[in-house]
Amino acid sequence: MVANMISGSLIFATALLFGALGGMLSERAGVTNLGVEGFMISGAFFSAIGANFAESMGMGGFSPWIGLLSAFVFTSLFSGMHALATLKYKADHVISGVVINLLAANFTFFLVKLLFDGAADTPRLRNMFAKVNIPILSDIPFIGDALFRSYPTTYLAFIMVFAIGFYFFRTPAGLRLRGVGENPGSIDTAGINVMKIKFWAVMLSGSISSLGGATIVLTTNGNFSFNTIAGQGFIAIAAVILGRWNPYGVMLGALLFGFAQAIKDQIQILDFASAIPTEFFYMLPYIVTLLALIFTGRKTRGPKALGVHYDASVR
Amino acid sequence: MEKVKKKTKNSNVMIPVIAVLIALVIGAIVMVIGGYNPLVAYQSLVTKVFGSVYDIGETIRAIIPLLLSGLAVAVANKAGVFNIGVDGQIIMGAVSSLLVGTLIELPPILHGIVAILVGVVAGGLWGVLVAGLKTKFGINEVISSIMLNYIALYFSHILIKNFAAQEGTARSGMIKESAGITFPSLNEVFNGARIHWGFFLVPFIIFAFYYFFEKTRWGYETKVVGLNPNAASYAGIRVNRIMTRTMFLSGALGGLIGTLDTLGVYGYVAISSSTSGIGFDGVAIALLGGNSALGTTLSGILIGALNYGSQGMQFGAGVPSEIIGIVISLIIFFVAAPGIVKAVLPKKQLHKEEAK
Repeated sequence: MVANMISGSLIFATALLFGALGGMLSERAGVTNLGVEGFMISGAFFSAIGANFAESMGMGGFSPWIGLLSAFVFTSLFSGMHALATLKYKADHVISGVVINLLAANFTFFLVKLLFDGAADTPRLRNMFAKVNIPILSDIPFIGDALFRSYPTTYLAFIMVFAIGFYFFRTPAGLRLRGVGENPGSIDTAGINVMKIKFWAVMLSGSISSLGGATIVLTTNGNFSFNTIAGQGFIAIAAVILGRWNPYGVMLGALLFGFAQAIKDQIQILDFASAIPTEFFYMLPYIVTLLALIFTGRKTRGPKALGVHYDASVR
Repeated sequence: MEKVKKKTKNSNVMIPVIAVLIALVIGAIVMVIGGYNPLVAYQSLVTKVFGSVYDIGETIRAIIPLLLSGLAVAVANKAGVFNIGVDGQIIMGAVSSLLVGTLIELPPILHGIVAILVGVVAGGLWGVLVAGLKTKFGINEVISSIMLNYIALYFSHILIKNFAAQEGTARSGMIKESAGITFPSLNEVFNGARIHWGFFLVPFIIFAFYYFFEKTRWGYETKVVGLNPNAASYAGIRVNRIMTRTMFLSGALGGLIGTLDTLGVYGYVAISSSTSGIGFDGVAIALLGGNSALGTTLSGILIGALNYGSQGMQFGAGVPSEIIGIVISLIIFFVAAPGIVKAVLPKKQLHKEEAK
């Protein structure tokens, strides 16, 4: 059961991790990202549509990958709006994020009804990601069950953590990106285009977050409906804050929430838990977030120039 | 100086109006692409809003929560606090008034008043929680209020299931008749539209909002804190206390929404899997209305009418009602990024305005 719980935590954490890594990327470049929920909705929708299309083209087992790719590509529609509003037209970052959430939800539900004759959800996919056993490692007792029998997206998410960690802390480009979020003036003085860095950070942010939504559709749900993404984007943002805008911290944050979600499925088997109302376990992730923030709150500090419009004339 | 003032005032009004027009046009274009007739759609929207006495009553009924939600967000905005947790405050107000309405015996009218007051205070305290987390622990109010929304949702489920359950349904039992706040005689005049005390309460609240911020010391202090908390603190204003006070007021308005809908419209609280989203609409309404009493009222009426009318589009023209959601989000988008509107407008018109 413990191995099941760990495996379940990883799977729940995957979607949150993608969402959070995306959110972190844009926030590290100084653009507040409250639109993670919207990006995840968009990712879930476009992955369902993409995978459906690929299935109808007869691509079979390859179609979930097409779904993943279409989420990544087409979500730039919404990240582009966020970039346009916040960077070019100096809109309030938070408001723009709220708009992205509203627009992504309404736009995708509208399209679902339009494309599928008033249906409330997309057709169920026949080909979804299957769990992949990593050779040799998955045969290790306990650890193998817990860690190395999972979906490809889960492996991808955790690889991405280390890739972004390497990019942030070991490459000049990563240094510049972090600099843009802390002190854009000094980056500009060094002759580097601040807006360009911010733009690509926001674009990539949306695409990475969208993979979180795609994961949910392509591994567990199998289709997209209005409640496929219900608040995961906001929990992902909490994971960013909890992880203090550091990829490894964000990973731990996502794992914590993944664990809190997994525990509610598993704990009800136990006797002592049956006396507690089920709703209490639904509440748990959110209470854990608040407690975690209370205990780390004072020390949390986001990027210095987060949410500030960069203006070269006021350095 | 005078000229500058005039110009800013002009564009303050012009931008939202133009934003609404552009959003409606884009909505029409999307409908054309989707193979619908936008004229029929908008026409059935208008018919739904003004078509009959019943619809007019119900439109106002639908406007009230959105308008109050806009005011709730605007109150907090004035103090520089972003209250995205109105949804949770609505739930706390709703479930508290439900419990008072089902569990306690009181004479009519008094029962309604007590239930409303309890709900309002519950919503206010839920708002104070956000303020406390912000001032005591430095937790960003956006995150804490989103977490509290979900906690309120599941907490309300526990309360409903244990104290006001209706076996075999996904909702609570009905409130006692004595706790109802409807006007049976008016309901008949409006062909069954659900008219309740809120219809007469809301104008007072709008005026109180205006009076509080324009004419009282408390309101003035709140605005100073919102403009620059450091300067306010330096001037001897106790910033934390004012944020807490403001969040109580904001949350109380949220709580009021919940009580009015519970006692005056539905008579029960549903066990739903998500929050109502009225709080997020409130963010849009407050922004569109520029956080002022008049502006928020007008934008609340607009968004409320659009929302209610969108049901008509679904029936009358077969257009998914989400199209109005798209239009509303675009309105906020254009108001939040006025540069886009200015870029779309012909240059001449702007110059004309400047010349005025």
